[in-house]
Amino acid sequence: MTGVILEGLSKRFGPVTAVDDVDIRVADGSFVCLLGPSGCGKTTLLRMIAGLEEPSAGRILIDGVDISRVPAHRRDFGMVFQTLALFPHLNVGDNIAYPLSIRGVSPAARGKRVAELLELVRLPGFADRPITRLSGGQRQRVAIARALALSPRLFLLDEPLSALDAKLREAMQVELRQLQERLAVTTIVVTHDQREAMTMADIVVVMGDGRVHQAGSPIDIYRNPTDAFVASFIGSTNLIAARPGDAGAVVPGGLIPGLTIPPGGASVSVRPEDIAIVDPASAPIRGRATFVRDLGASIEIFIECDGTGLIAAATRRERHDVKAGAEVGIAVAADHCVVLRP
Amino acid sequence: MKRQSPGRAADYLPLAFPAAMLTLFFVVPFGTMVAVSFFRRVQGSFYEPAFVLDNYARFLSIFFGSVLGFSILLAAMVALICVSVGLPFTYLLSRLPRRLQVGWLVGLLAILSLSEVIIGFAWSTLFSRTAGISNLFAELGLLSAPVSLTPGFGAVLTGMVYQAFPYTVLVLYAPVARLDPSLAEAARTLGASPMRAFFNLIVPTLRNAIVATVILVFVFALGSYLLPQILGRPQHWTLSVLITDQAIYQSNLPFAAAMAIFLVLVSLALVGLALLLVRRAAV
Repeated sequence: MTGVILEGLSKRFGPVTAVDDVDIRVADGSFVCLLGPSGCGKTTLLRMIAGLEEPSAGRILIDGVDISRVPAHRRDFGMVFQTLALFPHLNVGDNIAYPLSIRGVSPAARGKRVAELLELVRLPGFADRPITRLSGGQRQRVAIARALALSPRLFLLDEPLSALDAKLREAMQVELRQLQERLAVTTIVVTHDQREAMTMADIVVVMGDGRVHQAGSPIDIYRNPTDAFVASFIGSTNLIAARPGDAGAVVPGGLIPGLTIPPGGASVSVRPEDIAIVDPASAPIRGRATFVRDLGASIEIFIECDGTGLIAAATRRERHDVKAGAEVGIAVAADHCVVLRP
Repeated sequence: MKRQSPGRAADYLPLAFPAAMLTLFFVVPFGTMVAVSFFRRVQGSFYEPAFVLDNYARFLSIFFGSVLGFSILLAAMVALICVSVGLPFTYLLSRLPRRLQVGWLVGLLAILSLSEVIIGFAWSTLFSRTAGISNLFAELGLLSAPVSLTPGFGAVLTGMVYQAFPYTVLVLYAPVARLDPSLAEAARTLGASPMRAFFNLIVPTLRNAIVATVILVFVFALGSYLLPQILGRPQHWTLSVLITDQAIYQSNLPFAAAMAIFLVLVSLALVGLALLLVRRAAV
């Protein structure tokens, strides 16, 4: 069995359980994002994979070999730290060559490999620059080049882009993904930014409270969240309490026709763009607009239906002339709804 | 932000207080000492104002030269031992849980509250033949019979290292604690063993702090005059011991002042040299 397998991995710090019985399979060459709010255990999980924390329970298998007790410096993984951890007393070239010099690579071969890596991260000719003279984006690239110097079996990144400004971050997300595809290196990234995860990942693993809530492709997680935590963490969503009815799901202010709800009721997740604004006279759900946020490219309409607040998003093309305070009718198609696990 | 240069005399007013304190408590006493070093000693009395170079001339003998050399060597050894033990110690200390760190630091600070005399007599008891640690070694079979370890060079060195060690840790603690822990972790993920990461990364990153600490402990040890007398033989006496002897027991203040000034100049020169070497290595 090739790839990376985490089996029942747990980490306890005293009474606190940071990572709780995590099972993940990462196929060779895939790009996995560990996504979750801060304190959800995603960084601890990554540090266990890197060998910087010892698991309290469970195993880490690489191509079927248990490496849970192998010290970090014998794992041969490349890791990019949140602080980047570039060595301030060494220049760019020496930073990248550091892992090579530890392995006893000859100076000539080292120089060649450094030039190759700098080419790869688009910083050709930067070898002699001191680290202190680089911009944030350039440091980022140096940290990536250094982590890739030994062509690692596994490439780990801990919030690698969090120090960059928004524009540069978006550009680096695309670049990082392209780099990973070119090298076909198995990659695990920790992030709290769902946009970043959606941009880069083959598989998104949503974590909360040390547990894996859901793992799957970004679009699958967006379309079919299994619980309220995932639904609200990935993109924005409306969580509506629904009860089973004769013609569909009974929701505050009306009905979603054709939607089956288990007896006892359940939460239904509906994305703002899936809520259609219709004529109030014939609408299945009626409510009142409380606020209209016109962002230019899209319009968000805040609607109150029988005490429950909803947000409907419309594009510029289907601009509705809804004003705050007006009565509005909305319709939700049953196949746009996700009935969440309680 | 543009910094405005002070224009009127009133702009310099905030400097008046520190300037006055410096003048009163540093410039005046030091100036007095410089002046006294050129005065003539009156045998059987004290000294009279004059301008003679006798005090400096007397100093340029093989005896005082070798005492100076020994003092510098001793201080340098104390500084190097303190820092080479203190740096790994402080590094490991900074990785401990907060509660343990505080415990260790309080213990080290407690040493500072001990008087030099107490430290001296404690070590001289500890190194003695009748009641010292050699009895323990003899009991354990490491030695055939208890021996006296004091007075001797080893005893002087141990006592001075003991006295200077808390300062070393206190000075190193802040920069070591501020160090980004992911530096060492990054080195480990890149294949460096913990030991290698320490020498390849922690030491060079902290180079400035290390040099500053070596200089501080060196200067501190250079001024020690009680421990060499309590734990050493006369050949282990430092220049500071001789200065004390001249100033207090021989009532030869001009000569004591001359030696003190010479010591200040030599240590300033050494500190300057060390900084120069470090700066050159940095380029």
